[in-house]
Amino acid sequence: MMQQKNKPGSTDPELIRNFCIIAHIDHGKSTVADRILQLSGVVPQREMHDRFLDRMDIEQERGITIKSQAVRVPWTFDGQEYTLGMIDTPGHVDFSYEVSRALAACEGAVLLVDATQGIEAQTLSNLYMAIDNDLTIIPVLNKIDLPSAEPDKHAEEIAGLLGCDTSDVLRVSGKTGEGVADLLDRIVMEVPAPTGDPDAPARALIFDSVYDSYRGIVTYIRMVDGELHSRERIRMMGLGTTHDPIELGVIQPDMTPTDSLGAGEVGYVITGVKDVRQSKVGDTITTEARPAAEALPGYRDPKPMVYAGLFPIDNAQFPELRDALDKLKLNDAALVYEPETSVALGFGFRCGFLGLLHMEIVSERLQREFGLDLISTAPNVEYDVTAEDGTLHHVKNPSEFPDGKVKSIVEPMVAADIITPKEFIGSVMELCQDHRGEMGTMEYIGTERVEMHYRIPLAEIVFDFFDQLKSRTRGYASLDYHEDGEQQADLVKVDILIQGEKVDAFSAIVHRDKAYSYGVMMTKKLRELIPRQQFEIPIQAAIGSRIIARETIRALRKDVLAKCYGGDITRKRKLLEKQKAGKKRMKMLGHVEVPQEAFIAALSTDEPTDRDTKDKIRAAQKAGN
Amino acid sequence: MGHDAVAAGVAQTRVAEATVAAPTTAAASTSAADAAAVPAAPSPFEVYVHVPFCLRRCGYCDFNTYTATDLGEGASRGNYARMAIREMQIVRGWQEERGLDEPPAGSVFFGGGTPTILPADDLVEMLDAVRRIWGLQPGAEVTTEANPDTVDADYIKRLADGGFSRISFGMQSAVPAVLRTLDRRHTPANVEAGVRAADACGLRSSVDLIYGAPGESLDDWRTSVRAAVDLGVNHVSAYALTIAPRTAMGRRIAAGTLPRPSDDDEAAKYEIADELLSAAGLEWYEISNWSRPGYESRHNLGYWRNVDWAGIGPGAHSHYRLVGSGSSQSAIGALLGNTDSLHAQNAIAAAADTTAAENADAAPVGMRAWDTAHPRAWGHQINAATVPWAGSEAITARQDAEETLMLGLRLHEGFDTARFAGIIPLEAWQQLESEGLIHLVPGPHDSDGLSESSGLLTVPTLRGRLLNDLIIERLFDYL
Repeated sequence: MMQQKNKPGSTDPELIRNFCIIAHIDHGKSTVADRILQLSGVVPQREMHDRFLDRMDIEQERGITIKSQAVRVPWTFDGQEYTLGMIDTPGHVDFSYEVSRALAACEGAVLLVDATQGIEAQTLSNLYMAIDNDLTIIPVLNKIDLPSAEPDKHAEEIAGLLGCDTSDVLRVSGKTGEGVADLLDRIVMEVPAPTGDPDAPARALIFDSVYDSYRGIVTYIRMVDGELHSRERIRMMGLGTTHDPIELGVIQPDMTPTDSLGAGEVGYVITGVKDVRQSKVGDTITTEARPAAEALPGYRDPKPMVYAGLFPIDNAQFPELRDALDKLKLNDAALVYEPETSVALGFGFRCGFLGLLHMEIVSERLQREFGLDLISTAPNVEYDVTAEDGTLHHVKNPSEFPDGKVKSIVEPMVAADIITPKEFIGSVMELCQDHRGEMGTMEYIGTERVEMHYRIPLAEIVFDFFDQLKSRTRGYASLDYHEDGEQQADLVKVDILIQGEKVDAFSAIVHRDKAYSYGVMMTKKLRELIPRQQFEIPIQAAIGSRIIARETIRALRKDVLAKCYGGDITRKRKLLEKQKAGKKRMKMLGHVEVPQEAFIAALSTDEPTDRDTKDKIRAAQKAGN
Repeated sequence: MGHDAVAAGVAQTRVAEATVAAPTTAAASTSAADAAAVPAAPSPFEVYVHVPFCLRRCGYCDFNTYTATDLGEGASRGNYARMAIREMQIVRGWQEERGLDEPPAGSVFFGGGTPTILPADDLVEMLDAVRRIWGLQPGAEVTTEANPDTVDADYIKRLADGGFSRISFGMQSAVPAVLRTLDRRHTPANVEAGVRAADACGLRSSVDLIYGAPGESLDDWRTSVRAAVDLGVNHVSAYALTIAPRTAMGRRIAAGTLPRPSDDDEAAKYEIADELLSAAGLEWYEISNWSRPGYESRHNLGYWRNVDWAGIGPGAHSHYRLVGSGSSQSAIGALLGNTDSLHAQNAIAAAADTTAAENADAAPVGMRAWDTAHPRAWGHQINAATVPWAGSEAITARQDAEETLMLGLRLHEGFDTARFAGIIPLEAWQQLESEGLIHLVPGPHDSDGLSESSGLLTVPTLRGRLLNDLIIERLFDYL
């Protein structure tokens, strides 16, 4: 590794360039970041492995960056060593608050776009966020080595969005390394040096905070003003708590302790706290001895948007699930949960997530890292339901929906931006209308693609919108959304009854027009999934006491093995023993045995496509109207 | 019993693992002291002889049978009787070494395959060997299965002269289209000829029927049952067609070129059979078997009463159960000890672990063993003077209880609830009765001195026969 001249804590802010990379998933951000590490010499060739910065298994496998990191990289330009602070940002809409804090820690942003794909909706929304933060944008097309790259076309698009010349759009290949050195030169030349006051009381912005099982919480900071020293008591201005730092340091790209961090520098602090809630993204760190008067702007609590119940398949795993959530929470300030009891699924937790990806990641980590088998209920949003007697209910779970008549229901709305090739405009419009979307404006990006703006109930998006959008546009469309107030809506709760008993796990709050299709779909699914039993089992869907759909599982008439002689006896005994073990995985709903697989399959979403289902939905709607 | 099913289950797995390997070592005897510890097995004893040859393989059949005439190692059709007799001698030697003093056989059954593919004299020769080696009870039942096309009056007369008392014809159906679906090529008229020939020699006869073949209508089935009744036989077995995935028919059904048999259709056909047969005076005595009183298959009743039997021939299973106070580890250890000393010791050690944990459920009370399936490998073991087993397992007390329950619930003669007194509460039986699955009828009091008898016999109803597994599953919960 080469010797660096600029030392942490004593680097002239004039020589610092802090930047982040804005890119869509799969557009090659991590590859370019890796290449930068390699070119700068901080990672020796032999230690290089793909996606050095993505540390969690899931990140590596899914190729997405969940938690951002900040690396200190030296780069010599015109004989002068500069110190680059490279902040890796999450690319998904669920983490837009984290992205906004990462942007606030930088003066420049590299807009990285796949030269085979063009810009995507989330990238565009992050780009706008960066422009709003006054960041200097360096546009870059990646993957120019691919035969399918269309750099000229996409350079045109980007130039159109940024108001620059197409020749300003750099062309690189993370894979071959072509153009990456030029990119680093551009960063030094164009990204402004930090402008904080080195002599003012210390202010550091927390832009990320991760839990490390050995070290506790590692808090990533960007020094804005003043200095922090390793043995100086610090104060979290938002939370009002104070801590003695155990370690102060920089990432290059291994954690390297330092005595101090000065204005403009990016580094980390370890305080010994074990809970990420004690070190919140967006908060400002100052010193206890010489506190700053005012915190940096932009701090807020992450707010869950989507709720779902998580239940262990084996209820004996409930304590393990609780411990696992407690551990994940250390690393994920946005995750909230409270215990929930379901008649059908037993003990579990109702969890709040930032969005669907966040939910998927949490449940995947619970299963993978903690070895839990989980059932997740269908996701839903929070409704404000006013009952006829005027009482207000915050409904995060269909089971909290008040009985009896309802005066009004208010649901959260989002502004959705969809970028799609123009030939799919019709399908996207149809999809949005189906999901109660109201169309706003539509703009062309370049000549081939449009950005469409809709206002849609969040509930419609969390269910199956994204998958459908992808399938209707052959994967070309991209979606970004953000909160956009709320609206009153004609929603009802549909209950599913198995043998007359309500199964809470299958209740759903849906628009009245969709109640029939939900009812028909769910009863049909369950009829196929629940094995026949000794008696007939009616499966019904109901709004209140009104039945809107019904299926029947006919009684089982025969189960006996016809032959049972010599060798059959052992086989049969083993089979029966196996069934007995299998019964432990059955849930009893009243007298009805329901296999766990039925819950999982019934809760998975898919579109009603077969003709029988469509006919039944039409019939149910007719009968209901 | 029944409170530590999980631990017992683990023990069972370990026993099974420990005993799966094929025993290839010679019958090295363990110490005489061990053998002396084994008590005489007082339960009745039967012999089953499997004949693994057929003229052709039927599309639905997944039995251990071969159409080649010579599979090497002496396992040819021509040499089969000699090999089987050799096995009988080896097994008898093994029993003696283990101190298993089996009584003369109460029944002998030749199944297959197609036993009657062999010359009648070969069957008689094998029966003679059983008589010589174990002896036969006076009036012992001796049955062979028969393909109607492989027997004629002369063949049947030879069997009767040789000591056979019963013949079971594979009739399957009286409807040509159904027979074609089943790949059965026999001429329906030959069934009747066979039955008449058996009558003439004083042999009891039975016919097997299969229902539920793809494409068989309810009327087709009625036709078959009536045809069986019209034959005047005193015994009929009727089996629902079981689709084994690794058969020609299983593959066609999986591929969708044949419709999958429906449980509802089979239930309806079962009810038809029960109605027509009982109207003709043939009463059910086991789920799939009907007879005039006194004409039950004694051999098959033995299976359901869980008696001891020696299975001779490739793939045949054997069962030895030790009853009374002698059912101990050392006894089973001695039994298993011969098959393969290392594996058996593991099995015994595994069983011992759990008994040490004061789990009486896991104590072995019997064993099952199964012959090597392929005739060639089977022949190889016999030529090496080894008991030709592929594997064996110790039956724990809990498994024995499960088997006793599962088999006894198939029978019309009833099942004494007192045998599970203190394990299965009376309410459980009453609940099943209230659901119309069983009848509880007063039985003879305490005939076997096992316990204070409640005197109640459980007999499955028609519905309980069709949903027999459901009853068993419910009762298994108590074990």
